[in-house]
Amino acid sequence: MAQAQRPMSAADRRRGALMAAAQAGDAAAYRMLLRECVGLVHTLARQKGVTRGRIDDVVQETLLSVHRAMQTYDPQRSFTAWLNAIGERRAIDALRSDNRRWGRELHAPLAYASYPDTTIPELPMQKAQAGGRLRLAIGRLPAAQREAVERLMIEEKSLSEAAALTGRRVGALKVNLHRALKTLRTALQGE
Amino acid sequence: MSAAPHDALIEMLATGLRPVRRLSPPALRALVWLGLVALIAIALAAVADLDRLERRLAAAPDLWLAVLGSTLTTVGAALAAFEMSMPDRKPTWAMLPLPPLLLWIGASGLGCLRGSMVPGTHIAPLHEASDCLLFILGVSVPLGGALFLLLRRGFVLRPGLTAAIGGLAVAAAAATLLNFFHPFEVAATDLALHAVAITLIIGVSRLAVGRALPR
Repeated sequence: MAQAQRPMSAADRRRGALMAAAQAGDAAAYRMLLRECVGLVHTLARQKGVTRGRIDDVVQETLLSVHRAMQTYDPQRSFTAWLNAIGERRAIDALRSDNRRWGRELHAPLAYASYPDTTIPELPMQKAQAGGRLRLAIGRLPAAQREAVERLMIEEKSLSEAAALTGRRVGALKVNLHRALKTLRTALQGE
Repeated sequence: MSAAPHDALIEMLATGLRPVRRLSPPALRALVWLGLVALIAIALAAVADLDRLERRLAAAPDLWLAVLGSTLTTVGAALAAFEMSMPDRKPTWAMLPLPPLLLWIGASGLGCLRGSMVPGTHIAPLHEASDCLLFILGVSVPLGGALFLLLRRGFVLRPGLTAAIGGLAVAAAAATLLNFFHPFEVAATDLALHAVAITLIIGVSRLAVGRALPR
């Protein structure tokens, strides 16, 4: 319930002032604050046990949440506590989603296709041919599916980053990627 | 830790920045919603038989306790829901409406067990008691809509819990307002229907409204 506000540190007061300026529309202050948030959320996510590969996702989701929640920050209160509450929640979301995914992916045939055994003496020429076929198949995909593959698989953007770049919703990107992988699998198996 | 991998996102957010209006304190927003409840209460009082209500309350002190319990539950739950719509507030705010809720449940239960009847009242048959259910559900729609609109301006980290507490505020308010048109004795069937209506409102809030709140 109501908690006693601890005295704020100088760094916290500075961050609070930057957020107050951002609330008034100061883009430079906002940029500076978000850059500082990256390190804070990164440390927080690691402490919460988020895996290394997912920490950047948590940072991005938290930055997006900070943007959406901006109007709820009260400059009389600690900015760091406000940020930590959001970051913690996004870290918990990531941990839960990982748990669900591991539960589903115990049997994942796609994983064998995505990560072939490199100890098999595959010839470099065969690999080059496979790469050429794949590029061709990607080029034949419908635009939305091709965009999802390019952003998420080739450029290795996170979902939120890809959503920001393409203007599509995260859900739509996931669906497009899923459909694209299915189409590619069928196309490559058929050859 | 370098911010470089997130530069594109930071740049996009900073470029698209617009000034935002800071949200009023949660207690003030709770007061706005409680003001709406008070306005509906005044409107209902204008058409209700207040003499009969007065006679009923004078004859049974436990009814006063039940009304007090539901009123305080409304206030506590509304305040808790608005506090929880701010990211840096503790989830323990959800405990605030629990003591008045216990008073409300206890006093309503006592009404069933009381041996003597309040003069001028009767035990409601099921079809009359079902009118209570319809009243509670009907009044909950505008109250819940207004609460949802006010909560939407916040940023809810625990949407299910916040929506359930908001639903409790709505249900308690509707049950309090029902007293204006509740001339009959609180019997077990009547009480059970009230409980059904309140549980339904909290359940719908948790499942449907919780998903729609910004998080």
